[in-house]
Amino acid sequence: MTSAVSFQKVSRHFGSVRAVDAVDLDIAPGEFFAMLGPSGSGKTTCLRLIAGFEQPTSGSISIFGERAEGVPPYRRNVNTVFQDYALFPHLNVLDNVAYGLMVKGVGKAERHKAAEEALSLVRLPGYGARRPGQLSGGQRQRVALARALVNQPKVLLLDEPLGALDLKLRENMQEELKSLQKALGITFVFVTHDQGEALSMADRVAVFNDGRIMQIGTPEDIYQRPRTRFVADFVGSSNVLPPDFVQRYSGQHRWGSLRPESIRVSRAASGEGVAARLISTNYLGATTRLALDADGLKLHAVVPAGTALPAEGEAVVLTFNREHLHLMDEPA
Amino acid sequence: MSVDATMPRATAPAILPGSGGMRGALSDLFWRRPQLLLLLMLLPPVLWLGIVYIGSLFALLAQSFFSIDEFSGLINRQFTLKTYGDLLQAANLDIILRTVTMAALVTVASAIVAFPIAYYAARYARGRWKALFYLGVMLPLWSSYLVKIYAWKLILAKEGILTWLFAKLHVLWLLEAWLALPVVGGNSLSVSFTGTFIVFVYVWLPFMILPVQAALERVPGNLVEASSDLGASPGQTFRNVLFPLALPGIVAGSIFTFSLTLGDYIIPQIIGTSRLFIGQAVYSQQGTAGNIPLAAAFTVVPIVIMGFYLWGAKRMGAFDAL
Repeated sequence: MTSAVSFQKVSRHFGSVRAVDAVDLDIAPGEFFAMLGPSGSGKTTCLRLIAGFEQPTSGSISIFGERAEGVPPYRRNVNTVFQDYALFPHLNVLDNVAYGLMVKGVGKAERHKAAEEALSLVRLPGYGARRPGQLSGGQRQRVALARALVNQPKVLLLDEPLGALDLKLRENMQEELKSLQKALGITFVFVTHDQGEALSMADRVAVFNDGRIMQIGTPEDIYQRPRTRFVADFVGSSNVLPPDFVQRYSGQHRWGSLRPESIRVSRAASGEGVAARLISTNYLGATTRLALDADGLKLHAVVPAGTALPAEGEAVVLTFNREHLHLMDEPA
Repeated sequence: MSVDATMPRATAPAILPGSGGMRGALSDLFWRRPQLLLLLMLLPPVLWLGIVYIGSLFALLAQSFFSIDEFSGLINRQFTLKTYGDLLQAANLDIILRTVTMAALVTVASAIVAFPIAYYAARYARGRWKALFYLGVMLPLWSSYLVKIYAWKLILAKEGILTWLFAKLHVLWLLEAWLALPVVGGNSLSVSFTGTFIVFVYVWLPFMILPVQAALERVPGNLVEASSDLGASPGQTFRNVLFPLALPGIVAGSIFTFSLTLGDYIIPQIIGTSRLFIGQAVYSQQGTAGNIPLAAAFTVVPIVIMGFYLWGAKRMGAFDAL
């Protein structure tokens, strides 16, 4: 089966900066694919390479089997939802949504009807006559989504589309985006720096750092079985364990990772385990996050709220199930 | 680490005493009554604009409703529309039509020349190139207007550099063919309407470039990307996004180029034919002819035209993107 998007050894350099460095990537049709990474990691440049705003310095890009290098954005059946929405301020909402059809020469009545339908799809029916300036951030986001979807793109690109929304709205939009994607069957490529968002929405996640892909896999793969220290640390702030520590528990001299929620914390008197000191507790609502110091090794544990906790500064013992200790590929 | 170890305990009182004296009292007064400060700041310019500027304009307009006694040459201070009747004589209508046509052509040409320059400056020029752009646009404004016009007279003259350049490029026939045309042609460029037009465009161009550049600067770059992303070719992006968003700037620039051309009397005096423009007509009516009412009536023409122009621009939605 042809990939929706395929990168072969794609690089994009800006002067001496390697924004994207020899990236290989295959996104399946109908997939919800997330590109996750810190800012400056090359994920947005990858998105812009798919949209056609950037051209690769080397390597080849194909979209549904067709080579895309040198093809301008307006000849790609790919649409983007921009980070700050990029709605046209001089057009009303309906004309914003109908813009793609207008430039393709679709008649006024027909394109307005399609735009009206797209607005219903994003639950903004009847908003057509308003100006973008009169809408809230969440509504603008939906208009931007409708404006892209009305063109029935082969691939929909989303550049941190939820970044500017408040928490409640963001959670709603996450669910909506996911169900929309399921209903429409369009390939979604989603750029985010929020690991929670990537894990909860995507079918597969690519973790970027320094212009390279560190790991591609299902959210579970990425979360449970990080391959490198960077992935373990970035996705859900796992505890990264040095090879010497790992050797004591697994017999192998390799870097390891341990999820904060896999660590049990008990008072020092209560038996065997890793001796540590509780440095601070951080109340997060549903859980409490503990900062621990095990003989110079900084660790974090997450325990359910309501657990009886030792006082800050007290000596504690840490225990964990050895199955939860994950060994990483990264060489020691 | 305790807080006391690093931060000295504050000894200052919670509320500081006033700085005292006249200035301190004034500062406190203005802080409590900001409208008072606003009034003080606005009073001088409002007086200037309201009385000296607008007032003298109305005094001038009032003159246009007086008439001149043709025998004695004295002004008859009684309300009459006779002067406006004079304005509608064929010779005077000719002057108005000629001036308005020139102003319109100069405005359109300025907009066409200015847009790519402004676009480059707003989109691509950074740092040193941007400074160079501002210098390049503003530099001509630093030198005397008269010197520039006389320089152009030399450039456009029959023995001038432009004729020489056409000859060197073996296209002198092109220039001669153009000069042979009726209305726009003449003995040489410096005594033709074409010459007047070229110099008008040159002199007013900065007044078009700067507002268009300011308008384009406010267009976020991602709107152009969004348009392209939605399938618009560069031409369609220009028509549907860039042009409408730059329109307020173009209209602002055209107000300058249009009204400055309507009122100018020096350029057509030095470069061009002997046929009059509105500015020249005003100059000669109030001077040698001593017909102040007709001169005043002539000055009403550009004001009325600009009024209609702005009204039309607003109706066309030129200011919607502001």
